[in-house]
Amino acid sequence: MTQNLKGKTAISGLGITEQGKVYGHSAAWFAAEAIRLALEDSGLRKEDVDGLLVNAGVTPLPGMGGLDLQNHLGLTNLRLLSGMTAGGATAAMMVQYAALAIANGMANHVVCVFADAPLRESRGGGGAYSGTGGGGYVPPGMSGLYTAFGMFGVNAQYALAARRHMGMYGTTNDHFGAIAVAQRAWARKSPHAQQREPMTIEDYHASRWIAEPLHLLDCCLVSNGGVAVIVSSAEAAKGLKQPPAYIWGMGQGHPGDLKRAGWDVETQTGAPIAKERAFSMAGIEIDDIDVCQLYDCYTYTVLVTLEDYGFCAKGEGGPFVADGKLGPGGSLPTNTGGGQLSGYYMWGMTPLSEGIVQARGTGGERQVEKHDVVLVSGNGGILDHHSTLILSPHPA
Amino acid sequence: MADQEYTLPIPVADEASKPFFDGANEGKLMLVKCSQCGTYRLPGRERCLDCWSTESEWAQASGNGKLYTYGIMHQKYHPAFADETPYNYAIVELAEGPRLVTNIVDCKPDDMKTDMPVEAVFDRVSDEATLIRFRPTH
Repeated sequence: MTQNLKGKTAISGLGITEQGKVYGHSAAWFAAEAIRLALEDSGLRKEDVDGLLVNAGVTPLPGMGGLDLQNHLGLTNLRLLSGMTAGGATAAMMVQYAALAIANGMANHVVCVFADAPLRESRGGGGAYSGTGGGGYVPPGMSGLYTAFGMFGVNAQYALAARRHMGMYGTTNDHFGAIAVAQRAWARKSPHAQQREPMTIEDYHASRWIAEPLHLLDCCLVSNGGVAVIVSSAEAAKGLKQPPAYIWGMGQGHPGDLKRAGWDVETQTGAPIAKERAFSMAGIEIDDIDVCQLYDCYTYTVLVTLEDYGFCAKGEGGPFVADGKLGPGGSLPTNTGGGQLSGYYMWGMTPLSEGIVQARGTGGERQVEKHDVVLVSGNGGILDHHSTLILSPHPA
Repeated sequence: MADQEYTLPIPVADEASKPFFDGANEGKLMLVKCSQCGTYRLPGRERCLDCWSTESEWAQASGNGKLYTYGIMHQKYHPAFADETPYNYAIVELAEGPRLVTNIVDCKPDDMKTDMPVEAVFDRVSDEATLIRFRPTH
């Protein structure tokens, strides 16, 4: 049996670049700027960095998954370096691998970075993620069926997952809308958020359909930007500029999607598998969680994730969120920076970065009063990959 | 469809899927069947994911299934579909197990329900290609 890693490592630095429609910079620029900001935040020098884990978005980063960032930044002291990819589950996973490496003596301060720059002034956000490339190309073989039947991009696939849940459990657009409205209310309190106009449930229903049952306001934003975090040993983090966000627990769950009868990842994600190890390591139960930062590529993702962590029974996620408990003043503050729906779309770095802010207690107007145990989730693919982190301002 | 020009993208077979596309032209829904354990799969994977056997044969499926899930596309992602929106796209779970991307025909959007029984319809869209769509089972 391995040693318990609870509280042995911590997040010591956080760097968030300007987010959203920020033009004129490459993804590599955003990555480097986020790293610079994270070091400044922590008080570490570049010579202290001895690990670098890189997650590219849809815009490639230079050199084998972004490894050339090392040379952009003159990081010559690295004992740990990899490009990593599991979609939106990657950010929390990078922190996990960094924590394991640090706890076992392989490195001291590991930078984990995500950056993307899909937005151009001449192109909408949807085009960056639709997977059509805008042309008439039909890939040969079975994958050509997606083109032939008009099933394009990630929006179409999450619409299928949401519809399956609606069909099985009677979930409605009112339920999805409650999540969008709650997160917008949080975003209005966050200086980083891209969308800060008020939103009502009527606004939600009035927003155009993308792929039914998903309205525009069910879908995440698309952002240019970068986020970097630094993982250090708990001992080292204590001596730095910021209050450490201690890593209490971590886990992953990868059920896969076999695309055949009996394999319903659309409504049963990897969260229960990831949760088991993470909660056990942290020594917590579901009722101990004060704040949630749940991966929210779509409103539905939040709903199914709440069910799969056990905040409510399977199938009851809709009624569970309908009373607004996720919003400011609610009993389960969730995605307190507005998430990816209204804040900024930095994949798994969005929930992770806000989880760090809440654990530190530096959330300003949006800070949740009781923030002893913070749940952060990541989700990659079409609900195929799940990662969990439990953060706390307390070492134990 | 046959007497008017079909303007939407038409899929083409690759080596692994040729019997699937050829079968569709003959009004048959063809699947790959593991020679060792009998599990069905769609073409494109070389190995049975259950028993890992690489031995397989082609077998005709019943054409029956259920509507696993569906969406109604409004966004105009592809120029060829610009005049088609809104249209449905769907995943049908075949009686043999695999799930297939398709459209539902002969059914109003409000009448589409997850898990409803459906059956294959073979829609010849060009001299070379037939799309396998599904309609509610009568």
